[in-house]
Amino acid sequence: MALTHHQYSPPALPRIVLTGIGLTSPNGNDLATHRAALLNGKSGVQDYEIRYVGKTLAGICDYDALKHQNRREVRRGTRAGSIAIYSCNEAVIDSQINWEAIDKSRVGIYLGVTEHGNVETENEVYELSQFDYDVSVWNHFHNPRTVANNPAGEAALNMGITGPHYTLGAACAAGNNGLIQGAQMLQLGQCDIALAGGVSESIHTFGIFASFKSQGALAEHTDPTKASRPFDKERNGIVVSEGGCVYTLERLDDALARGAHIYGEIVGHCINTDATDFVLPNPERQSECIGLALQRAGITPQDVDILSTHATGTLSGDIQEISALRRVFDSECKVSINNTKSFIGHCMGAAGALELAGNLPSFTDNICHPTMNVDELDEECSIPGLVLNEAKQLENVEYIVNNSFGMLGINSTVVIKKFVS
Amino acid sequence: MSPAEIRAAVIDILETIAPDEDLSNLDDAKEFRDQMELDSMDFLDIVMELRKRYRVQVPEEDYENLVSMASTVSYLEPKMADIPAE
Repeated sequence: MALTHHQYSPPALPRIVLTGIGLTSPNGNDLATHRAALLNGKSGVQDYEIRYVGKTLAGICDYDALKHQNRREVRRGTRAGSIAIYSCNEAVIDSQINWEAIDKSRVGIYLGVTEHGNVETENEVYELSQFDYDVSVWNHFHNPRTVANNPAGEAALNMGITGPHYTLGAACAAGNNGLIQGAQMLQLGQCDIALAGGVSESIHTFGIFASFKSQGALAEHTDPTKASRPFDKERNGIVVSEGGCVYTLERLDDALARGAHIYGEIVGHCINTDATDFVLPNPERQSECIGLALQRAGITPQDVDILSTHATGTLSGDIQEISALRRVFDSECKVSINNTKSFIGHCMGAAGALELAGNLPSFTDNICHPTMNVDELDEECSIPGLVLNEAKQLENVEYIVNNSFGMLGINSTVVIKKFVS
Repeated sequence: MSPAEIRAAVIDILETIAPDEDLSNLDDAKEFRDQMELDSMDFLDIVMELRKRYRVQVPEEDYENLVSMASTVSYLEPKMADIPAE
């Protein structure tokens, strides 16, 4: 594949590894439960109702917020902040870092979001309407709830983290982008531990449902568990979901020095931009994004074992992503291709991070979880390697590639390599 | 509202804004912040809830009257006397 970018080679950078995972998904509140659901065909999509839109569908999380927050913190904060607090705390616990002993000024938080502030603003405007729009009753928490750094900031406050905290806006590519940002900040020496990933509270804003509906891109189905169906001929749109997934990232040397369990190594990544449309994806740019991520990882398409697609179940988007994949992977490739949204819907800002997490156990069990709900494959979405409806046993999984794309043409791909000590 | 009803209304507000607190043994004579975890945003919440629930305005220069339950009730008594009990 021709790459036209400037061929700058950065100096050798520290290797970055994943040493902890904290997540809440519509089908599980830890990695083991989420993974089991993906292997057993368990959906996380259910009936849902929201102001003005009425009855619809959504992926809803049922994590225990009071595990890491008191009730006042839950009331005062945002849902995205609460999800961030849960996911960050769980990522630290999972990493078995001696949290009490470490220097909190050397911990950074990097969380992707699709959007932030819509939920809070909508709720407050609705409440204002009950008071005849008398702004003297406007909530004084409006500003701290809606500032763009809120989710990462709430997690920092909860955990006493005094290093940098970023909330990165990157539409639906955000989960990957949080991960990439965290890795880069570790490589720059800005922190020693990065809590990185993405969060989403988007099911609590009517606007996102109404907007997808106006666009003809909101999924409908009489059976909620069958509504999210990327690549299927009968797909009719997106199921909006909430969720969070945060990784503990460390430089390899630090992780080895403390004997950490290593889930995998971030060996390549790329973020690029379509610059062609507000909403419609551009397969040419997407394929360049994947190709550049592989090149940076020092591998070829033939080396990839599993590719987790971004596909959301829209008519056009799924076709465009498969078209991008066709440009990268030929019939000689062994790649197995799957999709997580078919189980849990679209977790927006958390999607990239959550979808990667559900695939990481493949490094250990060599099983590729399927895309479910594909009763009849859309011919335009057909590509060799699609794993449909049944999990697939592979010989060996060494490289996992994770796609995450978003509106305004933002594309991101992350390449994770199995770590062998 | 009688002083007892005003007290009950304030307790209800405190239960909303500080749901982790046990208010059953609240000493009316002692300052709130000596027996509860309340920060400046919580005090603003008390003011806001009084405004939303009872249309009672507490100007900033009067905030000092909200330090304890006893001082709060006596401050609110003339402002809430004509409000019917719920």
